[in-house]
Amino acid sequence: MAERMLSMVEALNEALREEMERDERVIVMGEDVAVLGGIYRVTKGLLERFGPERVIDTPISEEGFVGAAIGAALTGLRPVVEIMYADFLANCMNQIVNFAAKMRYMSGGQLKVPIVVRAMVGHGRGHGGDHSQVPITWFLNIPGLKLVAPSTPRDAKGLLKASIRDEAPILFFEPYILYRVRGPVPEGEYLTPLGKADVKRRGSDATIVAVSAMVPRALEAAERLSGDGVEVEVVDPMTVKPMDWETIMDSVRRTNRLVVVEYSPKTGGVGAEIAARVMEEAFDYLDAPVVRVAAPDVPVPVSPALGKLTVPTVEDIIGAVRGIL
Amino acid sequence: MGYAKWVTVREDRIRELGKGRLLQLYETMYRIRRFEEEIADLYRRGLVPSSAHVYIGQEAVAAGVCANLERGDYVLTTHRGHAHNVAMGVPLNRLAAEILGKVDGVCRGRGGSMRVCSPEHGLLYACPIVGANIPIAVGVGLSLKRLRPGRVVACFFGDGASNIGDFHEGLNLAAVWKVPVIFICENNQYALSTSMERSTSVKNIADRACAYGIPSYIVDGNDVVAVYEAARTAVERARQAETPTLIECKTYRWLGHHVGDPGTAYRTAEEVEEWKKKCPIERLKRQLLTLGIAGMDEINEIEAKVNAEVKDAVDFAVGSPYPPEDELMEFVY
Repeated sequence: MAERMLSMVEALNEALREEMERDERVIVMGEDVAVLGGIYRVTKGLLERFGPERVIDTPISEEGFVGAAIGAALTGLRPVVEIMYADFLANCMNQIVNFAAKMRYMSGGQLKVPIVVRAMVGHGRGHGGDHSQVPITWFLNIPGLKLVAPSTPRDAKGLLKASIRDEAPILFFEPYILYRVRGPVPEGEYLTPLGKADVKRRGSDATIVAVSAMVPRALEAAERLSGDGVEVEVVDPMTVKPMDWETIMDSVRRTNRLVVVEYSPKTGGVGAEIAARVMEEAFDYLDAPVVRVAAPDVPVPVSPALGKLTVPTVEDIIGAVRGIL
Repeated sequence: MGYAKWVTVREDRIRELGKGRLLQLYETMYRIRRFEEEIADLYRRGLVPSSAHVYIGQEAVAAGVCANLERGDYVLTTHRGHAHNVAMGVPLNRLAAEILGKVDGVCRGRGGSMRVCSPEHGLLYACPIVGANIPIAVGVGLSLKRLRPGRVVACFFGDGASNIGDFHEGLNLAAVWKVPVIFICENNQYALSTSMERSTSVKNIADRACAYGIPSYIVDGNDVVAVYEAARTAVERARQAETPTLIECKTYRWLGHHVGDPGTAYRTAEEVEEWKKKCPIERLKRQLLTLGIAGMDEINEIEAKVNAEVKDAVDFAVGSPYPPEDELMEFVY
């Protein structure tokens, strides 16, 4: 398939456009998504193409409009909601956790809630602790939700299209620091299946499982380690829940070493979950302890001198891998 | 738009509803009462695995509103939602089985008393977290307007819900988006133990709708005919103009917050007795008889039929098995 170079923003915009063309039930709602086209321009041009009935600017009212999206999803629409900063998921936690995630189960399968909640994560850039979080981990232990975290324009498009067609409630985390990074995106229709990890680089000496914006950093670390003769395998789960354990275990059984990289705080993170699971299922294959690289347990400060210390660097990842070789 | 309007129906005009409708309202209220009495009894016998928030005393609200709904309309209710299921015609046996956590329950025992629902009968969901159904109802309205014009959604909640953000965000969205939603506040005057005076800045919840540009009515929630009439206006508006209305029904729950709460720590015995004298079922019965609309024989016939139906439902529910353990992980996604 022929490819073009697109940014993640452009790829996401294409995904929304294609799904809205394909299925009239798909609607987009959120703060500033219609007239402005979203503050990151992910929804740019959708209002002009699909009209105000399907592209809806909401008041600043997350609990309200996420609740409304749930009601619309229960009765036939396929809402895609934008949460401007993932931090604001705290404002609609009740609707997501107690309703979207639970209605199918608690109703004994009578209901389904096919919504996609898109949320920008990890803004950083001086926005501070309540505008910079990567709160994927808040939702890890909520049964009923699917958590999707792409790291390339290609994956972002295919995963968003697959998410819109899925019957489950989905939180779709978009990394701000990769929004403008360009990458190859195939021409034409494709879907990237949920629940399947992508091995972004093959290697035999160690495995790095990296989440969201940490994937390109892990790949860069792997390139530099390769120069020293160390071949690292990089696994991108893409769907954080349900996690593709098979691919991760398969990789660890071959490389016998594991580093997990995320940019949420370390305590109770995705890395903690992966480390524990690998210990349970592949302990005998490990030649070294699992190492977690994550953000420190601190709110993100505004000052650039301090803020930069809250996101793992390529050097941090290289150091972690070297430590277990 | 000033303050909410009171809606009343003069007793000599009740007849205009027609005998069939009036007897239907009576039957629904009586069915709710008898069903809830049995659920309270099952709770006291230790057969209800959750709390049981029963609706005794408030029957006119669910009966009066739901009588205006048709196939294809939806209801969203609360933790105190058995009555709305009954009023929407959810089979009593599967309703009772759900409340007991049994496999034959409408939610296969997953949801229990506080979440019992049957979308195929229009009872979309019971939201057991106060106020949460209000924005959800707005979204249902949005979807109905797009996909099934003319259909409406009725959203029930208590006085306590009017103090949570969901109420305010939901009402604003409903007004801005112009959706066919009927908000029904069942004002039973206590949010668990906390009275209106001690928790709520206004005397009438309906006045809060004025702040959002939503027309609102206040009715005696123990007068089923007044509830029916107010709801009829609101439902017609929702069907035709696709805009929301709020109706506040002033009523009272005879029991505590749930069956295990005696309800005496925060209310006086005199207050409860005063409200029992305003029983909505006795009131309609008296009206039917004194106005010569129906005879005692007809009322007895209805009651006997409902009594048998409720007894069958309870027997069915008690006899139904619990769900098998291998069903635990079903329906997560």
